[in-house]
Amino acid sequence: MLKNEVCLSVEEKQKLKMMARCIRLDILKMVYSAKSGHIGGAFSSVELLLTLFFKSLNHKKCDDESYKKRDRFILSKGHASALYYAVLAQFGYISKDELLTFRQLGSKLQGHPSKKFLNCVEVSTGSLGQGLSIANGIALGLKLDKNETSKVFVLLGDGELQEGNIWEAIMSAGHNKLNNVIAIVDKNDLQIDGKTDDVMSLSDLASKFKSFDWNVYEIDGHNFDSIYNAYEEAKLSKEKPCCIIANTKKGYGVSFMNNNKDWHGKAPDVNEYNKAIEELK
Amino acid sequence: MLMNIIKQLRSLSKTIMKNILDKNKKKQSMRNVYGETLALFGEKRQDIVVMDADLSCSTKTNIFAKKFKERFFNVGIAEQNLITQACGLSLAGKKVYVSSFAMFATGRAWEQIRNTLCYNNLDVKIVATHCGLTVGEDGASHQALEDIAIMKAIPNIMIYSPSDAYETKKILEFSLTYDFPMYIRLSRCDVYDVFTYENINFDPYKAQIIKKGNDATIISTGEFTYNALETASILKEEYNIDLEVMHIGMLKPIDKESIINCAKKQKTIFTLENHSIIGGLGSSVCNVVCASDYPCRVIKFGVNDTFGQSGTPDELLEFYNLTPGQIANEIKKYLV
Ligand SMILES: Cc1ncc(C[n+]2csc(CCOP(=O)(O)OP(=O)(O)O)c2C)c(N)n1
Ligand SMILES: [Mg+2]
Repeated sequence: MLKNEVCLSVEEKQKLKMMARCIRLDILKMVYSAKSGHIGGAFSSVELLLTLFFKSLNHKKCDDESYKKRDRFILSKGHASALYYAVLAQFGYISKDELLTFRQLGSKLQGHPSKKFLNCVEVSTGSLGQGLSIANGIALGLKLDKNETSKVFVLLGDGELQEGNIWEAIMSAGHNKLNNVIAIVDKNDLQIDGKTDDVMSLSDLASKFKSFDWNVYEIDGHNFDSIYNAYEEAKLSKEKPCCIIANTKKGYGVSFMNNNKDWHGKAPDVNEYNKAIEELK
Repeated sequence: MLMNIIKQLRSLSKTIMKNILDKNKKKQSMRNVYGETLALFGEKRQDIVVMDADLSCSTKTNIFAKKFKERFFNVGIAEQNLITQACGLSLAGKKVYVSSFAMFATGRAWEQIRNTLCYNNLDVKIVATHCGLTVGEDGASHQALEDIAIMKAIPNIMIYSPSDAYETKKILEFSLTYDFPMYIRLSRCDVYDVFTYENINFDPYKAQIIKKGNDATIISTGEFTYNALETASILKEEYNIDLEVMHIGMLKPIDKESIINCAKKQKTIFTLENHSIIGGLGSSVCNVVCASDYPCRVIKFGVNDTFGQSGTPDELLEFYNLTPGQIANEIKKYLV
């Protein structure tokens, strides 16, 4: 399916693996110390967001010119904020020490990403279903400015796709041929009330996107090579927006959280915490 | 004689206060009461249908869902669909209770609520949880501080904000007998009982004077009525100020008569709500007082035209100057 195979080096993959483990540990510590937060949907997207920042997203902002040319990232599933902050810490946007202020009064690291508190956040999120439409708007703006370089990446939850605003945006991106929009769907098959298939099935998601004139890539969302390949391929799209359907497991990385809906939005107790740390070390 | 009665009343109100403010008392969950009450309703009435938008574990509609699977519809994360589909069910003769967080139930689906639910005056009850600042750590995106304002602006919808679990149950029972749109606003956190006495007969339309007082009145709604009582007790103990506490659960239609009676006898009315001071209880009180023959000052306590943020509920109350101690301090300034 992929036209231009790209490869991660052995060293890169080793580094990514190590970073992924650090990120999961950070997420765990943040949610544990905050006594609240969302681990499941953070863990399912670790490889997706890490690979994006490590390889495919141009997030360098050295001067005004490069700032304009940067790629944009929107965390539409804003409840995965702990993941976002842990990744930002890996890339030097926030300090490691700051991570433990997560969800505390006055912290830059609000429960859901807030542009008001943390200025490297492109847009505040937390209310599901709005990110793709925001991405479309930015993408249109970039086109008006003849910026052909910058891409707009947006990370969506699969449950989130049930929002009407999402389908309005899918239609609009296809219609406007927004080849600079890359939607990543964290398809972990779970939402709060259970399996997405039981709550409100998305059925054949790939065909749905395709019928709205999108390119679709279906990948293993925990495999660095597949993720990297999909991102790079999507960046080459000439006239269609791209959707990467990433098959993942919610809570991936810790056995008792893996594919378990109960870990959507709760903090571990001390025993669970120690067990999880043990597994991740 | 009169003095004696007043004395007696005073000591009675003191013991009631003590009873109410007993911190050893257990807190109760409005949300649990909601879920359990729904399940009871489901047994009594076959026409009751319940809907949710992927938050049934939090709103507690899952208690109903477990018992009456065929009469529960989870629309997924789709609040607009939640409202309009409920309207359809009501047009088909059902009595529908829908739930989500206050932010998304009223915010995302506002226009559906206006043009389909309220314009057609249908029998759909929106029972939303997680109102106000006390949502806590999830932060601004989840703290509904404007929901009363945006609901209040729509004709035909009744709005109720109970103070405790007991009152939650009472207004739900009332909702069975009322066949038009209602918005019921519940809290995330467990709350202390305000109404513990059998002798309080519940009239949903009436304001309740929970504590008498001659120096000024504080009118409050929702879970903050407990805080109003605490405020009154601080004022009494520390400054010997006698604050009357009036609870208004029914925010629309509001009990004008009781508000005007306050305006008649007090120089200052204070209002307190877990909501923006724009468009909430305080605004309604101002409207009533302004149109009355009894000019009186109204001072509003609530969130002052700003967004919330993450923090524990207690920390947030302090940050936004809404703890009973902070409010008592402010009130004192107006009364000397
Ligand atoms: C508009 C809106 N409705 C409801 C919620 C509450 N909520 C937060 S996360 C979530 C479930 C998300 O499921 P999914 O999109 O599949 O995310 P993931 O599985 O990756 O955590 C819900 C319903 C919300 N944040 N925004
Ligand atoms: Mg999911």
